[in-house]
Amino acid sequence: MAMLAPTPDPLLRLEGVTKDYGTRVVTHVLRGIDLVVAPGEFLALTGASGSGKSTLLNLIGLLDRPTAGLIVFGGADVSRLDEAETTALRGRAIGFVFQFHYLLPAFTAAENVMLPLLADRGRRDGEMARRAAALLVDVGLAERASFRATDLSGGEQQRVALARALMMRPSLVLADEPTGNLDSESGAQVFRLLREFNARYGTAFVVVTHDDRLAEQCDRIVHLVDGRVDRTVRRP
Amino acid sequence: MPFELLVALRYLREGRAQTWLIITGVAVGVGVIIFLSALITGLQQSLIDRTLGTQAHVVVRPPEDMPRLLPAGDGTLRAPILERPAQRVRSILQWQRVATDIAALSGVVAVAPTIAGPAMAVRGDGASSVAVRGIDVPSYRDIVDLAAFLTAGRLDLDGFHAVIGMELARYLGLGVGDRMRLRVGTDMGGVYTITGILDLGNKDLNQRWVFVSLRAAQSIFGLEGGVSTIEVRGARIYDAEPLAETIAARTGLIADSWMRTNEQLLIGLRSQSASSRLIQTFVILAVALGIASVLAVSVVQKSREIGILRATGTRRAQVLRIFLVEGAILGLVGSVGGILLGSVLARVFAGIARNPDGSPTFPVALTTVLYLRSTAIALVVGIGAALLPARRAARMRPAEIIRYG
Repeated sequence: MAMLAPTPDPLLRLEGVTKDYGTRVVTHVLRGIDLVVAPGEFLALTGASGSGKSTLLNLIGLLDRPTAGLIVFGGADVSRLDEAETTALRGRAIGFVFQFHYLLPAFTAAENVMLPLLADRGRRDGEMARRAAALLVDVGLAERASFRATDLSGGEQQRVALARALMMRPSLVLADEPTGNLDSESGAQVFRLLREFNARYGTAFVVVTHDDRLAEQCDRIVHLVDGRVDRTVRRP
Repeated sequence: MPFELLVALRYLREGRAQTWLIITGVAVGVGVIIFLSALITGLQQSLIDRTLGTQAHVVVRPPEDMPRLLPAGDGTLRAPILERPAQRVRSILQWQRVATDIAALSGVVAVAPTIAGPAMAVRGDGASSVAVRGIDVPSYRDIVDLAAFLTAGRLDLDGFHAVIGMELARYLGLGVGDRMRLRVGTDMGGVYTITGILDLGNKDLNQRWVFVSLRAAQSIFGLEGGVSTIEVRGARIYDAEPLAETIAARTGLIADSWMRTNEQLLIGLRSQSASSRLIQTFVILAVALGIASVLAVSVVQKSREIGILRATGTRRAQVLRIFLVEGAILGLVGSVGGILLGSVLARVFAGIARNPDGSPTFPVALTTVLYLRSTAIALVVGIGAALLPARRAARMRPAEIIRYG
């Protein structure tokens, strides 16, 4: 199992990662990605549609396995982990924010936030509820805690999703177009929260975005073209 | 509340109409099983009670008379032709020891020595062939409760007292206090006073059976101190045949179980049970398919949510258990509804038609065992039916379902 304690080593390291789809007709989606994410870094992943951003995000998030190459997360080679270990590492060390919020409609906002810890511990407890409540305060939705997910606006749902991503106090949060489905005001609010949590908790963020203005506000921009890293721009 | 139970309950609550529809389906299925089982078991129990109400589980009697060949001299060649001898009422040798041995066998509840033989019942110019049964009232009570069949008089067999069936009483014009002669052969028998009249629920038995004391029967059939049959009651009625085999093997006597003497009834009961089981199997299959199809649809509908659960650290085994718990809940809640439905149906049905004596034409047997069995079936079917959809959900790849839904 990976050691997730703070370390001077990179949080995440990818070496020569490729990803192909199909057997008869093979599509090379990623063609040798080398990437390092430092602890607490705020990184933007940009590129045109089909450039491999989401595929790369899935590999980083341990939702999928590469065709070739090495992925080291928190010092552990993830290719050596079995399915259960990968799930456990993903659940405890990585948070996800998706473009379309993807909350569970049958649950309240607070329960959606609790979900990762609930799955990890197997049953609900008081500490879990307190932590979820605190996160909802952080995202400005304390008064919406008992609302069903379906009763929240798009921006509110995305903020609940962000609180859920932070519930396990992960070392890395992956956000796939987190503002892509929101109006500009809600989008800006969500992005502010991402930066705020990055600064407050030292959580690393990898944000996939098409929005150049948002990318400009990140520490580093990694631009993909046809499954390769085309250029990396470090912001001051 | 465990994570899997919480998610399963929320999913079921979310798909309210779908959930209630399938619970209703399960309830109807379990209701049919309860109703059918209660009816078939009740009918069979009633038939068996009526059959075994007037007979022992096992009747032990001596081997039949066979001619004995005397030894022939050396070098003599014989070709004997055996003529089957006429049978007579004979005593079981050392019947007290045999009765004690049988009573000591496991599975034996009661043993009663009896005498059974043919005679003529005569009153004035009227006569009827009868079956005389000599019994020891206290021990025979544990085999057949004759007092329960009395329609007039009392069960008093002291001295020259007899109790007869109602058809015989009608045929010979006899009532309680009247007298009749029992004649065996040309010179044996005696005059008996009727102390009670029985309705044994069977016209032939009511026509033929005459009960006297054991001592009187010994005198009528010339069996001083002997008995011709030993009647046995076992702990379980369907163990009667193996019990009879054990008794026959131990004693060397002939032992007939009710199952052998009522073979046609037994075949009928077995056919009835088999057809009932067949119907129940199809009902269970329909319930299982109903649950499986609803859960399969639910898995497809919730595939994206399953992807989110998996992405946020929910293990495959947990996803599997969520859907298995859903199946179990559907089965359990459905079975509760089914028990209510089936019980009400059975009771209403039993109340509709009544026999002249007030007993239900369709007796039903609603027992705790039946309820528990039906609940267990529904639970197992619920979990079993959920297995395939649950495995499908657990095997979903989160990256694909989040991306493509």
